[in-house]
Amino acid sequence: MSTVLTAMADDAAAPAITERGPTDWASPEMQARIARRYRGERNFRRLGLLALVIAASFLAFLLFTIVRDGWSGFQRSEARLDVTFDAAVLGVDPAAVRAPGGAALLARADYPGLLLKAAEQLGPAEDTLSDAAWLELRDALLADPALLGTSATLWVPVRSSIDLLAKGKYDLTAPADSRGVSDEEVADWRRLAREGRLRTGFNTAFLLGADSTEPELAGIGGAALGSLFTLLITIAIAFPLGVLSAVWLEEFAPRGRLADIIELSINNLAAVPSIIFGLLGLAFFLNIAGLPRSSPLVGGITLALMIMPVIVIAARVAIKAVPPSIRDAALGIGASPIQVVFHHVLPLALPGIMTGTIIGVARALGETAPLLLIGMRAFVTDVPQGVAAPATVLPMQVFLWSDDVQRGFVEKTSAAILVLLVILVLMNSLAIYLRNRFERRW
Amino acid sequence: MSINPAPGTASGPAIGHNQEPKMTARRVNVFYGQKQAIKDVSIDVSSDHVTAFIGPSGCGKSTFLRCLNRMNDTIDSARVEGTIALDGQDIYAPQMDVVQLRARVGMVFQKPNPFPKSIYENVAYGPRLHGLARSKADMDAIVESALRRAGLWDEVKDRLDESGTAMSGGQQQRLCIARAIAVDPEVILMDEPCSALDPIATARIEELIDELRGRYAIVIVTHNMQQAARVSQKTAFFHLGSLVEYDDTSTIFTNPRETRTKDYITGRYG
Repeated sequence: MSTVLTAMADDAAAPAITERGPTDWASPEMQARIARRYRGERNFRRLGLLALVIAASFLAFLLFTIVRDGWSGFQRSEARLDVTFDAAVLGVDPAAVRAPGGAALLARADYPGLLLKAAEQLGPAEDTLSDAAWLELRDALLADPALLGTSATLWVPVRSSIDLLAKGKYDLTAPADSRGVSDEEVADWRRLAREGRLRTGFNTAFLLGADSTEPELAGIGGAALGSLFTLLITIAIAFPLGVLSAVWLEEFAPRGRLADIIELSINNLAAVPSIIFGLLGLAFFLNIAGLPRSSPLVGGITLALMIMPVIVIAARVAIKAVPPSIRDAALGIGASPIQVVFHHVLPLALPGIMTGTIIGVARALGETAPLLLIGMRAFVTDVPQGVAAPATVLPMQVFLWSDDVQRGFVEKTSAAILVLLVILVLMNSLAIYLRNRFERRW
Repeated sequence: MSINPAPGTASGPAIGHNQEPKMTARRVNVFYGQKQAIKDVSIDVSSDHVTAFIGPSGCGKSTFLRCLNRMNDTIDSARVEGTIALDGQDIYAPQMDVVQLRARVGMVFQKPNPFPKSIYENVAYGPRLHGLARSKADMDAIVESALRRAGLWDEVKDRLDESGTAMSGGQQQRLCIARAIAVDPEVILMDEPCSALDPIATARIEELIDELRGRYAIVIVTHNMQQAARVSQKTAFFHLGSLVEYDDTSTIFTNPRETRTKDYITGRYG
């Protein structure tokens, strides 16, 4: 610009406009240039496709190994046992059981003793049953007290090593000292299988139960419920706080230094390593506020702090994208600023806000580090009864099982990852469905 | 504040009318931060005719229009000095309710901006905000009369639940006018309402403005001098933030007092 002005100011110094001949589009240089350009575009497209293929194959490999290792985690091997519910062995008085309040007596009977007695029919393989197989006997009798004094055929879980043998998880051609399972156990398994006493079926205990020291009894249900409680707390805190903060920052905050500082802080907060939030939760919610340790309540609040910046940033972008003409239109017929926000801006921004919330919640669902610090890595053998009860969460369960030395937890780890992934996909699908529904309404 | 006209102020004395003016502005200055956008403007707007604001781009006519219903409040850096009164009541007074003011002084914008809702909801939104309808039937009647007055009823009566944004530009702008008149305002401000429309849609809006004249005080900002000549009875010429000349439209276009007005009208600049 300035050179042009100088040139115009001083005509004598102005360079004369050089006349060019007509452009020769057919010249070899020009043709080569065009060919080079097309080649470049083609190569770039191929590069993009290659990147996509590599990314897709990583994902496919990951999914393949998890499904291969985890599939059998949803199955459990059980042995057939003919049980005689002998009142004498159980140590209860049949008359007292039939009397009112007898069910309580029945619940306290000696089922481990009954199991020992029943296991004798397995011969040398009598110690192949799971330590907790007596629970099946109790459940059967409590469900139908009339069984007392009669016989029934029950399927009870077997030990993890027998379970893994039945699923073909050991390489039996390897030498005995390196294959991880003893000759005795192999012989017991062969015997049970020969007698037709083994079956492998769907493992409901895995889906519904809580953690256990025994792989054949461990379940993911407790952790799943813990995750659900935690996420409910997280959403209930982070969504309204995040959206209201975004509304205030976008619609009402006076522009200036303070707004800049707040904006900078929020952007930085979104990048803070999650473990820091765990330390905050430990220091404040546990030590100062005295909230219950290991509980979904504290976990949820901590994760809410972590994902709130993500929601604020996404909501601000969504609110900013609502055309100002809509605000003008509403203000112009006498809507108050709050009415403009709630009648027009938020409904129009909702799909975008929900996208941000999905991203945040998905991150919270997969988060482990901050929860380690507030005690959610506790070994919890009960399904949590509420938000203040001790609980663990799905990724934490994956972490705990992957750390366990017992061979049986390998497949449980992968199975838990599958459950985590399925829940994630379900949640995202629900959110996308909701988002599309809201989008269509407008 | 004083509602007595202050004749002979620096730029353009207010012109008297046979009846009380609907809106009066006295010595209005508007600043955006340090920059002064409006300089000492005094003007009266009467409810029995259409007033046009003309002038080159950036002359402040839209800024001044937005002062008349305090739409400039939404701009943090904007500052208004002087007095603007509606029926003798200072609209910048602290006790003035902006929400009510904007119901009484409606606005139609440059770009048609219907809400992304149904046609019915677009028109019903204002009356619902201000509680003007007591029943569903009441609301139906308000919506119908607003759409009829905006000349849109026959085109949309069978598809009131379709989206307002799915209509043509001209229809959208008439819907915006219907939305403005549904709250029964006293003044309608139009900020270049036809600049985004084709000539046929423009002609319909101009007809509509003519039909609405007398019922509402109408102020229209326009770039198009023919349009000002066609639809208005009073014309104000703004230049560089000042009101240069304000008179009957016929006088402005045939016998302007100021050379600047004459130069603009004849296309010397603009």
